[in-house]
Amino acid sequence: MKPGLRFEDLPEIAQQAVRQAQERGATDAECTISEGQEFSANVRMGEIETLKEAGSRGAGLRVLIGRRMGSSYTSDLTPEGIQKMIASAVDLAGLTTEDPHAGLPEASELGSLSVDLKLFSDTVAGLPADQKIDAAKRAEAAALSFDARITNSEGGAFDSNVGGRVFVNSRGFTGSYRSTYCSLSAVPVAAHDGQMERDYWFTVARDFNGLESPELVGRKAAERVLRRLGAVKVETQKVPVVFEPRMSRTLLGNLFEAVQGTAIYRHASFLAGKIGEKVASESFTLIDDGTIPGLFGSQPFDDEGVPSRRTPVIEKGILKNYLLNTYTARKLELKTTGNASRGITGNAGIGHGNFFLEAGEKTPDEIIAGIKNGFYVTELIGSGVNTVTGDYSRGAVGLWIRDGELAFPVSEVTIAGTLQDMLAGVEIANDLEFRGSVSAPTLMIGEMTVAGR
Amino acid sequence: MAFTDSFFASKFGLTRHDLENYLSEALSRGGDYADLYFEYLATSSISIDESIVKSATQGVSLGVGVRVISGERTGYAYSDDLSPEKIRHAAQVAAMIAAGPAKVEKTPLEEGPRRNLYPVITSPNETEFRKRVALAQRADIAARAYDPRIFQVQVVYADNLRHVLVATSDGMLNYDRQPMTRMSVFALARDKSGPPQQGHAGGGGRYELDWFENVRTPEYFAREAGRQAIVQLDAVDAPAGEQVVVLGPGWPGVLLHEAVGHGLEADFNRKGVSAFSGRIGQQVASPLCTVIDDGTIGGDQPGVTGGRRGSLNVDDEGNQTQRNVLIENGILRGYLQDKLSSRVTGAHATGSGRRESYEHIPMPRMTNTFMLPGDNEPEDVIKSVPKGLYCVNFAGGQVDITNGNFVFSASESYLIENGKVTRPVRNATLIGNGPEAMKYVSMVGNDLKLDEGIGICGKEGQSVPVGVGIPTVRIDRMTVGGTA
Repeated sequence: MKPGLRFEDLPEIAQQAVRQAQERGATDAECTISEGQEFSANVRMGEIETLKEAGSRGAGLRVLIGRRMGSSYTSDLTPEGIQKMIASAVDLAGLTTEDPHAGLPEASELGSLSVDLKLFSDTVAGLPADQKIDAAKRAEAAALSFDARITNSEGGAFDSNVGGRVFVNSRGFTGSYRSTYCSLSAVPVAAHDGQMERDYWFTVARDFNGLESPELVGRKAAERVLRRLGAVKVETQKVPVVFEPRMSRTLLGNLFEAVQGTAIYRHASFLAGKIGEKVASESFTLIDDGTIPGLFGSQPFDDEGVPSRRTPVIEKGILKNYLLNTYTARKLELKTTGNASRGITGNAGIGHGNFFLEAGEKTPDEIIAGIKNGFYVTELIGSGVNTVTGDYSRGAVGLWIRDGELAFPVSEVTIAGTLQDMLAGVEIANDLEFRGSVSAPTLMIGEMTVAGR
Repeated sequence: MAFTDSFFASKFGLTRHDLENYLSEALSRGGDYADLYFEYLATSSISIDESIVKSATQGVSLGVGVRVISGERTGYAYSDDLSPEKIRHAAQVAAMIAAGPAKVEKTPLEEGPRRNLYPVITSPNETEFRKRVALAQRADIAARAYDPRIFQVQVVYADNLRHVLVATSDGMLNYDRQPMTRMSVFALARDKSGPPQQGHAGGGGRYELDWFENVRTPEYFAREAGRQAIVQLDAVDAPAGEQVVVLGPGWPGVLLHEAVGHGLEADFNRKGVSAFSGRIGQQVASPLCTVIDDGTIGGDQPGVTGGRRGSLNVDDEGNQTQRNVLIENGILRGYLQDKLSSRVTGAHATGSGRRESYEHIPMPRMTNTFMLPGDNEPEDVIKSVPKGLYCVNFAGGQVDITNGNFVFSASESYLIENGKVTRPVRNATLIGNGPEAMKYVSMVGNDLKLDEGIGICGKEGQSVPVGVGIPTVRIDRMTVGGTA
């Protein structure tokens, strides 16, 4: 941390930067400052492997001169550092092109949620390092002691962050908030008959007391790695595919890419131009909600100073809304949905709040029980999802479903189809649990190609 | 250049004495080893979309990371403020990993051997901004002109200039100036009726800006992105199941990066969690395969000043990079080491300790990974295949190092029918198992090519620039994740 600078001092620094940018010719300006205190502890085979602790800060500035935009950032928050940042952004604005859609949100769109979103907890900010290390040790130990086939480990880890965010713009917005984060994970390695596998489990919370117990984290990780042992490659075939919640979340990640405004105005999404159309089965309702207290996707305002809100994206299979920042909203002649997201560098892109799929009726077991021959996916690797065309092809690991039951482990196969077909034939289970900022229950895709032998 | 003229000494007044004092502070609780990594990073980026220069950004970050090793334990702290009290504080925090009396013997810092693989005089980051904007605009114009079916073009130009200084408690002092530039072109094409298809091309490296005039022009990348998008308009469904796969030269070398490279990083092997652990001296690929990781490749075309994207004069732990043989005629020869792994296992340094920034702990990483050429003419390799898949471009890959399963996603591939390349197919993922997959390599072309300079490798949350390369290669059996 800089000597003498407290979080409370940062809004004033950002306000000054915005004022000075205007004095130098900017017609509009916005400044964001973020800070973080990072801690991480990794233990392996019962011993501390790494301990890391540090804090950092950075400021970013975006200026407009008419409809030209320039931006800059610095890790130097001294008056000289801020001056350089301003000069740099103003210079660059002279080199960009007039963009009729560039600009800050309207003053009437700015604001901050007044409810307490419970983003900050003293239980994280004030937690002694010993307790964090102890949690990581206990999680790993629980995994290692679970079964004799668990012979090795990539460790247990505890990570925490105490962050702060300040945002100021020239249309009168000043906002700031602090947030905390902590996570605990275990990564055991199991071996049997010459085959070695690893898997993991993790828990995240804004409050230390919101974490699952270290013993539970270790045990879940152990159960997950054990059920991978003895995996075989199956024959190539078309079958129903079930995504466990961790994998359903990856599918939501793909869908986010396809509904965010930049992809839409560029026609670079298979969902572009489909508002009001049926794009998924009736059981599919996808929501973005940045207003739920205590969750990871919640924040009082987005990275342009627009309050967070709840936006139904797909309702009962009908595409209702895209997720937009001010720029993409103007391109599409719509209103921002409060989804502007940026780091310190560059312009605002688009992020999500709590992006989740509403729960269905059946339990995961009931869904599996209805499948004679199918694939239950527990891990996906690779980047083989094309959200422009909808083509989907990824490496997969999981359990084969035979006669309604999880029968044997499978690996070194791929699952493929198109996102269009996958959504059209999807069935949702009832096990929705909020974990991180993307949440989804177990889901079943009617048919995909499993490629193997 | 003497140390006193180096970036951190001249700009921030750092002296050897300061560095030695910080290292002593880091070892004040008895650690076995400590190092300091100073980093100054200036970045710029320009984005053109819809022929509008929509974004121009630049900025600077600066900081120092302090690491203390005690046995197999690592303590790490960093500061974005180079004032002596902040650096000392970071050193004290990192020192907490050890518990014991201070280490008394001090090794005086000595400058390591110096060389310059990328003697870039003016880095692109120091070039007039307007010139860089003009380059990006040329790519936009050329991509749009390539074919009337191209309807969207995005160009991203980005460069950076990094100054680093490494000082270690075993007496090593090294510093480097690392320029980097990169251009990417994304094109979207559509026919009247069908859905849009995308193409992507780009490249760069540790070059001066005139590399984009003399070696690879914006128009070259633009045409290539346009070509890929247009090709995909006629794509048919990819096959599903085991196929004969022929990889084209260049970027398909990502196979080596995923199938073997990561699995040979020493941290995983020291811990026994890699599918390659304990396999040195064993056959892990066909005898036709020799795989190299080489961080020393300079300008490899005549008249080119500069180095490849994955090249470094010194790694991020102060060691000179080198050419490392990973697999020789199919036999596993060695791992890629970082300081911690070579200390623990007694292995020689391989110059592979890398990190994303001063905020990150170094790890063993790849640099430029490629397979040596063989004897086959590329066309003979294709002719030999009655039915299979010819893959020429990839969108990336991933590996589970423990079971060895890896994937890489083909973004441009074609059916091979009766020894001829025929129709383009849709994107598909290829999957294999590291120590097994390369045993099926049955032909290796004489056309080794390195990629254009666009690779980013992610590991445990840290991204670093890398290169790959491969000649045309025939793999007799690999699972293709299509739908047909």
